[in-house]
Amino acid sequence: MERKYLLGNEAIAHACIESGVDFVSGYPGTPSSEVIDTLRTRPDRTAYIEWSVNEKVALENALAAAWCGVRALCTMKHVGLNVAADPLMTSAYTGVTGGLVIMSADDPFAHSSQNEQDSRCYAHFARVPCLDPASVQEAHDMIPEAFLLSEELGLPVIFRPTTRICHSKGDVELGSAVASTRKGEFHKDPRQYVVIPAHTRLLHKKLNEKQPTIRKKLVEKGFNRFEVRGKTAIIASGIASSYVQELLPAGVSFMKIGAYPIDEDWLGDFIKKHEKVLVIEELAPEVEECVRQVAGCVPVFGKKNGYAPYEGELSPAAVAAIMVKAGFLKKNPFPQVSPVQDLPPRPPILCAGCLHRGAYFAIKKVFRDAIYPSDIGCYTLGLQLGTVDTCICMGASITVASGIAHSGEPRDVVCTIGDSTFLHTGIQGLMNAVYNGANMTVVILDNRITAMTGHQPNPNTGMTACGVEIPAVSLDAICRACGVTFVETVDPYDITGTVNVLQEAKKRKGVKVVIARQMCVISARRAGVKRGRYEVDTEACTGCGTCVRFGCPAIEFSDEKAHISDLCSGCSVCVQLCPVGAIGREGKK
Amino acid sequence: MSGSYDILIVGIGGQGTILASNILGEACLLENRHIKGAETHGMAQRGGSVESHIRINGEFGPMITPGQADLLISFDLLEALRYSHYLKKGGKMVVNSHLVLPTSVYTQKLTALSETEIIAALKKHPLCLLDADSLAVEAGSPLSANVVMLGAASSAMPLKPESLLEAVKRLVPKKTVEINVKAFETGRKAGGKF
Repeated sequence: MERKYLLGNEAIAHACIESGVDFVSGYPGTPSSEVIDTLRTRPDRTAYIEWSVNEKVALENALAAAWCGVRALCTMKHVGLNVAADPLMTSAYTGVTGGLVIMSADDPFAHSSQNEQDSRCYAHFARVPCLDPASVQEAHDMIPEAFLLSEELGLPVIFRPTTRICHSKGDVELGSAVASTRKGEFHKDPRQYVVIPAHTRLLHKKLNEKQPTIRKKLVEKGFNRFEVRGKTAIIASGIASSYVQELLPAGVSFMKIGAYPIDEDWLGDFIKKHEKVLVIEELAPEVEECVRQVAGCVPVFGKKNGYAPYEGELSPAAVAAIMVKAGFLKKNPFPQVSPVQDLPPRPPILCAGCLHRGAYFAIKKVFRDAIYPSDIGCYTLGLQLGTVDTCICMGASITVASGIAHSGEPRDVVCTIGDSTFLHTGIQGLMNAVYNGANMTVVILDNRITAMTGHQPNPNTGMTACGVEIPAVSLDAICRACGVTFVETVDPYDITGTVNVLQEAKKRKGVKVVIARQMCVISARRAGVKRGRYEVDTEACTGCGTCVRFGCPAIEFSDEKAHISDLCSGCSVCVQLCPVGAIGREGKK
Repeated sequence: MSGSYDILIVGIGGQGTILASNILGEACLLENRHIKGAETHGMAQRGGSVESHIRINGEFGPMITPGQADLLISFDLLEALRYSHYLKKGGKMVVNSHLVLPTSVYTQKLTALSETEIIAALKKHPLCLLDADSLAVEAGSPLSANVVMLGAASSAMPLKPESLLEAVKRLVPKKTVEINVKAFETGRKAGGKF
C-alpha cells in the first residue's frame, strides 16, 4: 500500500488502473478532465485511451467495448451527459458484460459550467446504479467496486463526483496498478443488442426486474450506512456528509448515503427509530424525495420545506446554518464574517497574447451593431469585450445564430465557436444553416487545441490523446462539404488582414465562415515559441488609452501613460492599434 | 469541531499556488499526518483570483470556513485583503508585497487602494510582509517566489522545516532543486520567527 497526496481526479484515475481498466474514452469538461489526462500521460499505460469528439461518441464507444467484455471507463462533465443521454437511456436496456463506469462530474455552484444539473437524476431516469463519493479516499475506493457492480448487475454504473471531490486533494491509500489484459470479443445476440420494439419491450422488463437486486446489493456494499445515536437524525449524501460529520452534535444519529437507488425498507427502518430527520444534500432533492416517501409521520426537514437550498454548493458554514435553522444545532459555531467590500474584482480573463482578443477586436470593428452568439470555451470570456451575446450549450453558437437570422432580426449576426466545440456539435448546425439559407457569419476561433479544460488534443491538433501524430482534420474542407462557399482562413494577430476578410464576408449573402487560426498562447509557450516582448515609448505615448481598452492584461496604465508588463507574449496586436506608433520591440527604441 | 491547522494560499492564476499546496501535502505525508485540500481549476484559472485550501491533520471536508483559517499565505498584496476575512482572530498572514493591479482597474476605470492603504488594512492581523519577487530573483529564479513564500511562512506551520525542505526537493523540477532550496532558506530567514 502506498499513500500519496493526490487530486481527486488523480486518485480516481489511479483506482481505474488498479481495476485493470481496458478502454477509456471521454470528452474534456471541468471538473472531469484530469482523469483521462492522468491516464493518458502515464508512461506505463496499458489501456486503450481516446479523447472522443463529444460525449455521445465517447459513451457509444465505451458501451461497445463493454459489450465485448472489457472494462470501460467513460468520463465527462454533467452537461456532457445530456449529449450522451441518448445512448445512456438504452444502454440500461442492453446492459453490458464488461464493467462500464460512466463518470459524470457535477459542478454545484457552476464554478465552470452553464448550469447546476444533478447527474443522480439521470441515474434515476435510466434506472442504473449511481455512486456519490464523500471524499477523495472514498472516490478512489468506489471505482473498483463500481466496475464489479457493473459486471455483477450487467448494467452501466454512473459515478458522480462533484467539483469538491474532483478538485479536492487528500492523502490517499492506493492499491497496486494492474495491467489491462482482457481482449474484446463480440458475441452476436440480436435480442440483446438490436433494440427493435419486439426486443426492447422484453429488455425494459428485465431492467425493471433488476431493481430490487440493485438496492439490496448497494446496502451490502456499505456505501450507505448509519449510526443510531439518539432520537433525531441527519441524513446526508456525497461531500455534504463530510461537512455534516465535522459538525455532528452528540446524540444525533447520522446516515451517510453514497449509492442510489436507496433501499426503501432499510431507509424506513432507520427513520422509524427517530422523531425527526434532516436531509442535507447538494443540488436536487434525490435523497429527500426517497426519505419523504418512507418517512410516514416522522417530520422531515430539507429543501422541500425551505430548510436547505436547491441551488449552489454547500460548505461547513452553510451546513451549520441549515442545522441551526432546523433545530439540530443550538448555536452556529462559526462567527459571522464578511469580506472587505469594493475591492476591484479579478475575474478570469483571456491571456496576454490570446488570439481570441484580436479576433474579437476585428469582429467589433467590422460588425459594429451586430448580434454575437458565442459558445463554450476560453473565448466565452469575450463577454468582457462585449462580443458575446449568447452562450447556452456546446455547439449552440451556430444554431442560435441561424435562429436569430431567420427570426427577422435585421442586424448582422456573427457567431464565434472554438475548433473543439465546432467538432463537438457545431458541424450539424452549420450544415443546417447552409441548407436552410441563413444569412450569417461564423468565425471559428481555431487555436488547434481544447484549451479551457487543460489543453487536450482534438482531431484538429494533429495528435491523439496518447501523443500519436495523425493528420489533422481540415476545418476548411468540413465547412466547404457543408455547402459553405465563402471559407477564408486568417491570422487574428494580423488585424488589418482579419478586418479585410470580415468586410468581404459582410458584403455577401448566405453563410460565410472565417477561420481565425493561431496557436493558443499557452501551447506556444510550452512549445518554446519565443516572439520577444514589446514596450511603450513613454515619450511618444499620448495616454489616449486605446491599447488599454483592448483589455490585454500585459498593458498597464499609470502616470497618464501606458506600460507593457512582463506578461507580454509578443503577439504585436497592440502595436497595430496604437494611433501614434508608440509601441515597439523591447530594447529597440 | 475540527482539530486541523487550516492554511489558505491565495494568488493569481499561474503564480504557483498549486505547487505550494503539493509541497505542503508531501511534507504532511513525510510526517505521517492526514491532509485535505481544495483548489481552483478550469476557467477561473485564467489570470483570475485563485485559492488553495489546505487542512493539516484534516479529517473531514476540504473547505476552510471563513473566519477559521490559522494562516493566510498570499502571493499578491491585493488578494491578501480580498481573502483576509478567512482568518480567525489572531490568525497569521504572510504576504508578498508585490501588487498586480487587476485589468478591471484599467478597463472599467475602478479605483484601487494604494499599496500603503492595503498594508494598513492588513495590519489588523499579525502580518509578515516580504518582497518575495526580489528574494526569488536573488535565489536564482523569479519562478521560485512561491517557495520563498512557503519558507517565510514555515515557522508558523505545525510542520518541521526539514520536512518542508525535503518536500520542496522532491516536488520542484530536478534542474531547479538548488535554486528552490535557496529560495526556501531565503524566505525562512525573511519570515523570521513569526
